[in-house]
Amino acid sequence: MTAGSPPPKIVVEKLSVQYDDGTESLRNISLTIPANQITVLFGPAGGGKSTLLRALNRLNDLVEGVRMTGKIYLDGEDITGPDMDVVSLRRRVGMVFAQPAPLPMTIRQNVTYGLELAGVRHAGQKELAMEKALRQAALWDEVNDRLEAPAAALSGGQQQRLCLARVLALEPEVVLLDEPTSGLDPISTGKVEESLHEIKREYTIVIVPHSVQQGARIADYAAFFLQGELVEYGLGREVFIAPKNRRTDDYVTGRFG
Amino acid sequence: MSRQLTERLVFALLTVAAIATASPIVLVVGYIAVTGAPAVTWEFLSAAPYDGMRAGGIWPAIVGTVYLTLGTGLIAVPLGIAAAIYLSEYAKDNPLTRAIRIAIINLAGIPSVVYGLFGLGLFVLFLRFGTSILAGCLTLSIMTLPVIISTAEEALRSVPQSFRVVSISLGGTKWQTIRRVVLPQALPGILTGVILGLERAAGETAPILFTAAAFFLPRLPDSIFDATMALPYHLFVISTQVPGMPLRIQYGTALVLLIFVLSMNIVATVIRSRARAGRQW
Repeated sequence: MTAGSPPPKIVVEKLSVQYDDGTESLRNISLTIPANQITVLFGPAGGGKSTLLRALNRLNDLVEGVRMTGKIYLDGEDITGPDMDVVSLRRRVGMVFAQPAPLPMTIRQNVTYGLELAGVRHAGQKELAMEKALRQAALWDEVNDRLEAPAAALSGGQQQRLCLARVLALEPEVVLLDEPTSGLDPISTGKVEESLHEIKREYTIVIVPHSVQQGARIADYAAFFLQGELVEYGLGREVFIAPKNRRTDDYVTGRFG
Repeated sequence: MSRQLTERLVFALLTVAAIATASPIVLVVGYIAVTGAPAVTWEFLSAAPYDGMRAGGIWPAIVGTVYLTLGTGLIAVPLGIAAAIYLSEYAKDNPLTRAIRIAIINLAGIPSVVYGLFGLGLFVLFLRFGTSILAGCLTLSIMTLPVIISTAEEALRSVPQSFRVVSISLGGTKWQTIRRVVLPQALPGILTGVILGLERAAGETAPILFTAAAFFLPRLPDSIFDATMALPYHLFVISTQVPGMPLRIQYGTALVLLIFVLSMNIVATVIRSRARAGRQW
């Protein structure tokens, strides 16, 4: 990072991720993700973007046969160690998935679920956090009169904003989004992008966009991944408008994809 | 043969096959109901048998079957559900868990009389429980466990994986995830398996033959170390061991046992269809 750049939130050092069958998902990745910015990870499928996201909250732990080397620091603390408390890490680093996956509960229960797991019992506190999160996810106006309805009754776009809200209710430090708008119509997509701009004052955001165009629209910083390698990383406007690397340029301008 | 004719022929054959499979149940239930119903009076349900079991009622056998079924549930349900949770949620795919799975599948195939003999050897004689409700419940539990474990495991596995990942990603521990999301979703399926398993336990004769059942015990058992009468065994006794037994008492007993087991079946069906209607995935 150059002088005047925002403070670092996550520092990834020489991260490699391999699977048991020998396939390599990430090769020796190092990058610094700045606080309170939107960092976009983009590139063709199979490039390792999702793997990196899932390394940042140790969700890769759930997959059998994954080996990870290298370090990841969150606010200077190494989160890759075996004695890292992954449960509290995941509270600090929330995640929104590509498929809207509301839990089979009411709208209200979906948003307060994480708080209850964390042991928050105070009803008023849960209520406040729920309303705030739903407002931040631009969903409050649409659901405040039917909080007891099953979450599955919402439209796909609403469900995905609900998934964002339930992450925000935990007030994490980092929000990871893995192609959060891939199944949504343009209007819902716009709403999600808007709320990302709203919330980045409070949160550090790392997102895998569902298209180069979306990446270019929202990126403060952008990282281009190709077959497990980090090809180029820098300010979004530079990477998308004047990429330094030939391969980035080819991808951004649509010569392959 | 023209295609239309073939079509009609196939349709007719399949219809006959379907009716043929359904008719025995109608015949069995119908015949037992008609023949046995006159015997089922209040006295029949509430009194002990007398006069060499040729008169009186079957109250001790009803109570015995309820005890045996409940006792079996008390042992087999928590154990079976816990084992199913282990297999579905915690066990990694390795030789040990594969062996456990094969063992459970094979356990389900063992003839019930073999369980009875095993229960006699282990619980009645070796552990000195005697012919008792306890020995009977333990034997029935071993027989019932495979049914409960495999249906419960299947119910747990049918809960979408995404629910688990989401719960973990929101800072849930594995157990929190199981207790708050996976188990509630799997519960109707688990209950169905539990009831079907217990229903089998309630109706079996062979496993309790050497372990719990009393030939004739007109009083109610007063501890788990007492032997007990039970409906299926009582039916076996009065049908084969007592000369001059009035037919209607046999069929009356069969009818009561049938109602006991079928009503459990109906409860299981209702739970299952209600859960399906309310499911969100």
